[in-house]
Parts: sequence; C-alpha cells; structure tokens
Amino acid sequence: MITDRLGKELLFFDGGMGTLLQERGLKPGELPETWNIEHTEEIFDIHRQYFEAGSDIVLANTFGANALKFHSDEYELEDIVTAAVVSAKEGANFGVHDGREVYVALDVGPTGKLLKPMGDLSFEDAYAAFAETMRYGEEAGADLIHIETMSDTYEVKAAVLAAKENTKLPVFVTMIFDENGKLLTGGDVPGVVAMLEGLRVDALGMNCGLGPKQMLPVLKEVMKYTSLPVIVKPNAGLPKQKDGVAYYDVEPEDFAKTMKEIALLGGCVIGGCCGTTPEHIRAMADSCRGIEVIPPVKKHMTVVSSYGRAVEIGDKPVIIGERINPTGKKRLKQALKDHDLDYILKEAITQQDHGAHILDVNVGLPDIDETAVMAEAVREIQSVTSLPLQIDTVSGEAMEAAMRIYNGKPMINSVNGKQESMKQVFPLIQKYGGVAVGLTIDEDGIPDTAEGRLRIAEKIIAEAAKYGIDQKDIVIDVLAMTISSDANGAKTTLEALKLVRENCGVRTVLGVSNISFGLPFRPAVNANFYTMAMQNGLSAGIVNPCSEDMMRSYDAFCALMGYDENFAHYIERYAVRDQEETSGSAMDASGMTLAAAIEKGLKEEARLITERLTGELEPLDIINRELVPALDQVGKGFEQGTVFLPQLLMSADAAKNAFAVIKERFAGENALKEGREKIILATVKGDIHDIGKNIVKVLLENYSFEVIDLGKDVPPEQIVQKAVEEDVKLVGLSALMTTTVAGMEETIKLLKEQKADCRVMVGGAVLNQEYADMIGADFYGKDAMQSVYYAQKLFGRE
Amino acid sequence: MDVRTREAVRYLGYGGHAADEQTLALLEDSFGELEETAKRRIIYRIFDVVPGEAGSLAIGKMDIVSRNLSKNLKDCREAVLLGATLGIGVDRLLKRYSLTDMSKTVVLQAAAAALLEEYLDQWQRGVGAELEGEGRFLRPRFSPGYGDFDIRHQGMILRMLNADKSIGLTMTDSFMLTPVKSVTAVIGISRKKETCPLAGCETCDKKDCIYRRNT
Repeated sequence: MITDRLGKELLFFDGGMGTLLQERGLKPGELPETWNIEHTEEIFDIHRQYFEAGSDIVLANTFGANALKFHSDEYELEDIVTAAVVSAKEGANFGVHDGREVYVALDVGPTGKLLKPMGDLSFEDAYAAFAETMRYGEEAGADLIHIETMSDTYEVKAAVLAAKENTKLPVFVTMIFDENGKLLTGGDVPGVVAMLEGLRVDALGMNCGLGPKQMLPVLKEVMKYTSLPVIVKPNAGLPKQKDGVAYYDVEPEDFAKTMKEIALLGGCVIGGCCGTTPEHIRAMADSCRGIEVIPPVKKHMTVVSSYGRAVEIGDKPVIIGERINPTGKKRLKQALKDHDLDYILKEAITQQDHGAHILDVNVGLPDIDETAVMAEAVREIQSVTSLPLQIDTVSGEAMEAAMRIYNGKPMINSVNGKQESMKQVFPLIQKYGGVAVGLTIDEDGIPDTAEGRLRIAEKIIAEAAKYGIDQKDIVIDVLAMTISSDANGAKTTLEALKLVRENCGVRTVLGVSNISFGLPFRPAVNANFYTMAMQNGLSAGIVNPCSEDMMRSYDAFCALMGYDENFAHYIERYAVRDQEETSGSAMDASGMTLAAAIEKGLKEEARLITERLTGELEPLDIINRELVPALDQVGKGFEQGTVFLPQLLMSADAAKNAFAVIKERFAGENALKEGREKIILATVKGDIHDIGKNIVKVLLENYSFEVIDLGKDVPPEQIVQKAVEEDVKLVGLSALMTTTVAGMEETIKLLKEQKADCRVMVGGAVLNQEYADMIGADFYGKDAMQSVYYAQKLFGRE
Repeated sequence: MDVRTREAVRYLGYGGHAADEQTLALLEDSFGELEETAKRRIIYRIFDVVPGEAGSLAIGKMDIVSRNLSKNLKDCREAVLLGATLGIGVDRLLKRYSLTDMSKTVVLQAAAAALLEEYLDQWQRGVGAELEGEGRFLRPRFSPGYGDFDIRHQGMILRMLNADKSIGLTMTDSFMLTPVKSVTAVIGISRKKETCPLAGCETCDKKDCIYRRNT
C-alpha cells in the first residue's frame, strides 16, 4: 500500500503528459483522453518511459475525463478511463526493471466549469461527475486518486467527497498556487491546508503554475501549516511565450537541483508538471535517491477557513459576529419567514465591515425548513463574504447539509458533554472537517463550579479523540450565565476559562452578551465582561460587532496586550473619530426634506430623516407623501434624458434606505404588506448576468411592489411553480444573450399554459420589441423605469 | 478625463452628455477598488488561418462559418486567439454591492468593462509592436457573438487555449464566460499595415445604439 510508505520514504511522481502528446501530434483543442483508445501505444510508451526514469507513481491519462468536460460521441467515458488505467499498468509492467513497488494514480483535473453561485455548475453535479470517473478508475485497478491542478477549493471539496464516498482509494490533492501563495480564486495556504486536512486526504501539496524555484517559498508556507506529507510537482519553469505558444525552459539538471532542495525542505512526494519530461524525472530521481524524508510534523493551530481566507483562533482573540441568529430579533425572524435572503446577506456584510472575523449563522425558527434554509443561507453568504462561518444549529440534519456544501473548514456550534450530542456531531467533523464548539454541559446540566465545567471539557476532548479528532479542532465554551439569576455567574465563567486554557491547552469561545440579560443598560456590563473574559483566556467572543462598546473593548484589549502592531488598527479606527467628535457630526440633515434627499441620491441623509419621520408620521404617509413623489420626479428626469442611470439608482438607493428604516421600525405590522402586489423577477435559465434584473428590482420595491426575486439562472418550472403558488399576476424576465432568450421563450410558454392570467414583461441587452413579440412577451421594457410604468398600469395604480 | 473614465461614462448611457460629479466620484472609487480586486490575466496563442468558401474558415482545429469574421480576417494567414479576465474577485465585489448599493454596482460594472478593454488595448499594443518588427500587423479584436460569429465557438476557443487551467477562464452551458468580466477574441495577423487596429464601435452596423462612441 502506498499509504504505508507515504511520509516515510521519498516517492517520485511522473512528469508532464500534455506537452509530450503535443510533440506526438495532439492538436490544441483535441481531447487528449481520446488517445487512450486511438493511440494506445503512445500513451503506454510515455508511461513506460516514466517508470524507467524512476517514477514510483504514474498518472493515468484521465486529467479531463469527466462527463462535464469530455464530450465524445465515439467513446464511452468508462472505456476511456479503463483504457487509461490499463495503459499505465502496462507501462509499469514494461518499464519497471528493478522490481520496486509502483502505483498508478487516477488523474482527476478540474471540470472546466465554475461552480455556483458564481458559475452555473452545482456542487452536487460536480460531485456526481467526479464520482462517476472515480468509480471507473477504481474498477479498472487504479491504486490511488490524485486530484490536481485545482484552483477552486469548492471544486476540490466536491472531488474529495466523491473519492471518499465512492471508492476506498487513498486521496492525494494538489492545487495551483501563485508566487504569493494564493489560488486563482483567492484562497491562501492555511485555508487550503485546513480544509483538506479536515476532509482527511492522505497527502496534499501543489502542482503547475510555477517552476521549482518559485515553489520553494510556497512549500515553506505549506510546511508551516500542514501535518500531512507534502506533494510538490512544479512545471519546468515559468511559461515563456514564443510566437504565441507557451514553452518551458528549465533543463533536467537544473530541475533536479532544485527538486533536491525541495526534498531536503520536506517534500515527500515529488515530480513534475507542464514541460517536464522523462529526462527531468530521471535527473530528479538520480539526484534525490537516498534522501531521507523529513517525517510530517504535527501542527497544533486551530484554524477555520473559507474559500478566500483562513482565520486562526490563536493567542490574539477573534470576533465571531452574532447577528445572524433570530433569537430576540424581530426583523430577522420576519426576513426568515419571508425568505428574504438579501436581508441576511446584508447583515453578513455589515458585520464584516464592522470588524467580525467569523460569522455565526443560525436560522432556527419553529415553522421553517431549517435544513434547506441553512444550506441556502450558507451558500449565499459565502457568495458575498469571505469570512469563515460558524454553523449554528441543534439539528443534525441541518448541520450536515450545511457542512457538506460549505466552502472551506467551518466552525460548528455546537456539541456538548452529552453522549447523544457527541455521537451526533463528531462523525460529521470526522467526515467534513470543522472546529467544534464544545459546551460544558452534560446529562447532569451545567456545573456550578469551574472545576465541574473543566471536567466536561476534558470529557469532550477525550471523546473527540476516539473519532480521530485532534484537540486543536475543539474550542470550549464554558458558558456565560446571566448574572441577574446567579450572582457568581461571571466569576465562575472567568475562572473556568482560565482553568480550561491552562489544563486542556485548547482555545475557548463564549457567547458574551448572555451575561447581562435582565439588567438595564446592558452594553456597560457586556463590554466590561468581554474585556475580563479576554484577559482570562477567551479566544473567540461571540459578540455584536456593530456594538460600539464591544468593539472598543476589543480594540483596546488588542492595543493593550501587544496584538496591534504599532497600534495601526487602533489609530486607523479611532483617529478620525476623535476629530469628528470634537468638531461635531459631519452629517446635518435637519434642513432637508426626505424628498430632497432622495432626489439628490443622498443615502445617509435619507436614512437619518426617515428615522426622525417614523416618530412623527404613519409609514404609509411617509411613503406616499415623500418617497413616491420624489421617485416620480427622478423617473421623469430619466425619461427625458436629464437624469442618467447612476443618478436614478442613487435616488433609488436612498429611497431603499428610507424603506429599510420603515421596515425595521414597523416590522411585523401588516400595514406595510397590505395591498402590495407581488411581482416575480428572474434572470432566465442559462443566464448568470443579473445586474439588469437587480436594477428593476430596486425600482419596483421603491414603488411598494412586493418583489419575489428568484435570482439568476432560474429554470422555467421554478418560475411557473412560484407564480402559481403565490398567485402572481406579473413576472419580469431578463436575458442578456441570444443563447438565453430560448430559456425566456420556454418560460413564457409554460406560464401561458399554467398561469394564463399572469403577464410577462421582458428586458435585457439582446431584446427589442420585435424579439419580445416573437417570443410572446406581453411587454418589452427598454429600460428599468418602463417596467415600473407597466406594473403601475397593469395593477391600476396610475 | 482619461480614456477609461470616458469609456465607462459611455457604457453608463450618458451618450453625449457630461457625467455628473457624484457619478464621476463613484467611478474614481470604482477604479481604485478594482486596482485591488482585479487579477488581470491573459492567455493567447497564434494559429494558422485557412479561408474557405462562402464565409467559412478554419483557425487551427476550429471550423467556423462567419462572413463578418471572414471579412475581418481577410488576407490574414494567421490569427491570435486570446482569453482575458479580471478574475472572480470582481464578480464577488459586484454581487456584494448589488445588495447594498445599486448605483455603485452599475458604475463599478462599467468601470470593470472599461478596465478590461484598457488592459486588452495595452496588451495588444505591446504584442503588436513585437510582431510589427517581423512585418506582421494585428487587426481589431473580434469576439464570438459579434455579428454572425456564433457564440458557440466560445467553448473551442477556451479549450484551444487551455484557458481554465491557465487563467481560470471558463464558461456556462449557455456559453457565457465566467468570471463575468472576461473576453475571448480573435485577432487577425496580416502582412499589410492597417490604419487603426483598435476599432470597436466605429465598425459596427448598429448606428442607433445608445452606447455608441461619438466619433
């Protein structure tokens, strides 16, 4: 078994395949995998040469062999994969002369498509495509799966899960890093390492993108974070261009020299990528043979990650934003009930802007489908922020759904000392990876003493170990109990924090604001307790980052304890504020009407004035007397060509701010919902451009229509189903290109069949009146205002 | 006003009108943010062009029927295929702003489009100068979806350039490029010097377009 040798002895991979095939006549654009059947002898010969050169592991020619990338009318995917593995095995039979044990890896490259939500490939479809190829590969006799040349952590996650759930083979993963140690999709080394280790791959590392020299610093960075054997497969240098063709010019001897350095630094499995040949591998093997590998060193950092960044929960405390949790939040409850994801996304952005490092996500409400909403919320939040998330739920089902589709290594809130809870949560951590928050409560309740809570912490850590979960992946929550019900509550908590930090060596977390329930002027108590908790060893406080008091505590603590180098952060945050406070507020909106603020597109002023007005007027009066006339005025200007799109939208945004204040203030009251006609908006199937649709949405909402935004790339059936379900009388569809107008036509046809009383308005770059008539639309809007006028006319609001 | 700002204002539909102060300020902010977020990448390769009958032609392994492209590549024996992108970070930034600030979103999107064009123009001048030394001259860029050049060729162009692996440029099932702020194009290489290799609007037949450049 290769896993027995991994990390104990140096293993050699093969080198490039593509460049060699091109030399033998493969044309750019031709599918290299067809050669497995059409030119079996060439494929076999290349493998044989690599084995002869000294490779221990050879990649079968299956890089692009997946149903999404490989479209051939002539060959079945299964035959292609089988032929590839067989050729590589044959290569071993003829190329290994010294009787050493060698291996054939199923080579798994990217699908060539971007995953949702930024692209159109669903995580599940990517998973299915990988799984299919991997099953064929295992059946054909591959010894391991090598997932390589990946730029997107999400795609890698789909591939690793597919390998783990569909085969018993060891899994190697390498990704493409640039010279700064970043992925094309923005991810960094610690983030990639955290996710892959969480998914329990057998070895990880880097390939392609760089030459051996440029990989040295990236390798050092990887070694700093990983506890696993590291794979290094550089190109033969950085690509150079001659006559528009890329080539690589690091010669075998130079390649071998740097590869030796790489092996001495700790690379355990080494080989080559683009531009490397059997000569490169021979030179490398000759110069590296006999080098004793440095066995992987176990690391103890507690790290969570997202696609874009890793956050270490270390000595410097981090902030977990608490605001996406409906407990005690009327407006968020309303948003969850209305399926108003935008509101949740805005909460995420706001918390990031205020300084949160991790965001807690809790969507638990009695009457919603928590599993579906949790998964959707996690996916959508990850499309607008790169902060790692803390999946917060008591439902095992919702937890697993979210962990599965999460892009990175999440934080999990929570597990506790009850056997039942550990039995539910730990297998999930074992499978998907994650850092679990362990609450110090068990079958006997919450201990009154710090020692009691320490004992539960120890129990949780010991139980986790049985699942192979290292204590670095457990953070302990010693629970902040409300002081108004237990006068010693804070003292016990602080003592327990200290005990756990000293005795268990794990990081800690705490829902800080619980402490002050039932007391007046809670911020004072919260902020002071927060400081005390950090002083006693709190690593991650779950707090409201929008609370000035809490952030002052945090920033001051970091400045005082030497976590804010040169006070750079403190100065950046507070130097300006100092001036503002002495010179008075920069904002003075007193002399302005709401209508004027909206017409001028002044968002902040619109918010302030509306806040004042909500104390004086009824919501509908504010809307009808101030908001709508101002919007009408601007809309007219737009019609006449005196106001342009950015200005129209500045006014719309200002009006939207005013609405947000009204909604916040009157959440749950029916006055706002009554008589609001529903309109569905969607960008049609196949289309991922949604700016046009979003423009129409903000305008319609400002005119008090209730917009049901189904997003982009929406299948016709989904639009029709929603229209029927909600009895919607107007649907607005957007399409950008000729290729997606077909999706529009199909949607219209289906709507006319199943919801005959529903009108359809269309818009988008590719459309005009003639085209709209042809596909049976009821209305074509040449710009966003036209859709508002049509809706007003249709619903008799003129 | 610099070229990219002027182009962005045009994309925003101002036609012959001057942009207002607020919009210009937003544009300046947008270009600043894009400097941080955009990861400009380009991949290109030169292929032989073989003209055929009735608007058909072959670029490397790719067979195309397009009278517009054939006209564009008239007398060219070679052509550059290229793919370029500003990267996925720009898509995320646009998505983020579309939740909180639509005016910023449309301005940012116009700025990104202008930035991509500027990047391509700069690249084309650089490569063009190199090739000119050899007596080879670049024609204007021509992209799938222009005129009768079928957008379905997008897939083959990406594959011929290995664009997913090299610069992270992919497409959806309906041939839209992802990341969104990306371009693929064909550039003819001619042995005859043309007057203006960077033509765009000026050569288009849609004379009533509100985004048309004033020339």
